[in-house]
Amino acid sequence: MNAKSGKAYFGRRYTVSASHRLHSAALSPEENRSVYGKCNNPHGHGHNYVVQVLIGGAVDAETGMVVNMAALDEMVRARIVGRFDHANLNLDPLFVNRVPTTENLCRAVFGLLKEALPTGELEQVRVEETENNFFECESE
Amino acid sequence: MIFLTRRATFSASHYYWNPSWSEQKNEQVFGRCANRNGHGHNYTLEVTVAGQPDPLTGFVVDLKWLRDVIEHQVLAAWDHRHLNLEAPDFASVIPTTENIAIAAWKRLEPAVLAAGSARLSRVRVYETPEIFAEFRGEA
Repeated sequence: MNAKSGKAYFGRRYTVSASHRLHSAALSPEENRSVYGKCNNPHGHGHNYVVQVLIGGAVDAETGMVVNMAALDEMVRARIVGRFDHANLNLDPLFVNRVPTTENLCRAVFGLLKEALPTGELEQVRVEETENNFFECESE
Repeated sequence: MIFLTRRATFSASHYYWNPSWSEQKNEQVFGRCANRNGHGHNYTLEVTVAGQPDPLTGFVVDLKWLRDVIEHQVLAAWDHRHLNLEAPDFASVIPTTENIAIAAWKRLEPAVLAAGSARLSRVRVYETPEIFAEFRGEA
């Protein structure tokens, strides 16, 4: 097998269905309703989130891969899907003092994945809240 | 700088096999992808070029031209083909999604460079809607 390939990227998309409520303890009830609108509904609401993980690295000469997908899947399912799928984000310890906006979810997912990658570098996490909005987090 | 992307689709078969490994190791690493009868995908190719819009036409490149470049350089070689058996790109590398992105880059870059108005910025290959690989020409 021939080695000489440079850096490439591998991307994988996972679905997570979860509920949340956008509400900040630092704001008054009126301010919360004004800032978050329908998202402040006391009973919460849910989304089918898509979590897109982008791994960068050299293509392994023996496998032709940046990262083994089965190993990546196992890690992401254990750390992200298992944790957040069919859960209420507001009840997760990560969001006790942090509003579970998709910005904050995206950053949380990035942090949880960063420390546990099988191989390669975590280049980007994208979280799509609906088909019309998404958020991206990259290391800075 | 403007980034312009054109999509194209092709359907091809492949399998993953490292000839320097035992059958057991190939099956352990590649799982079902190591089935040597092959399997197939509807691939989506996204080709991104970067440049400045031409002051006269407003185009970075003519999309019809880019469509034809993709058609002639990539789809003509790979669409409805078995990548391991029929595409010389994969004579010595496994046709993983990563290597398909790199091979597509190599096929496209000379034509984009020759046109002179833009540079190839990114090639992304979707194997399924949930799996993709990308090459940006980095060493």
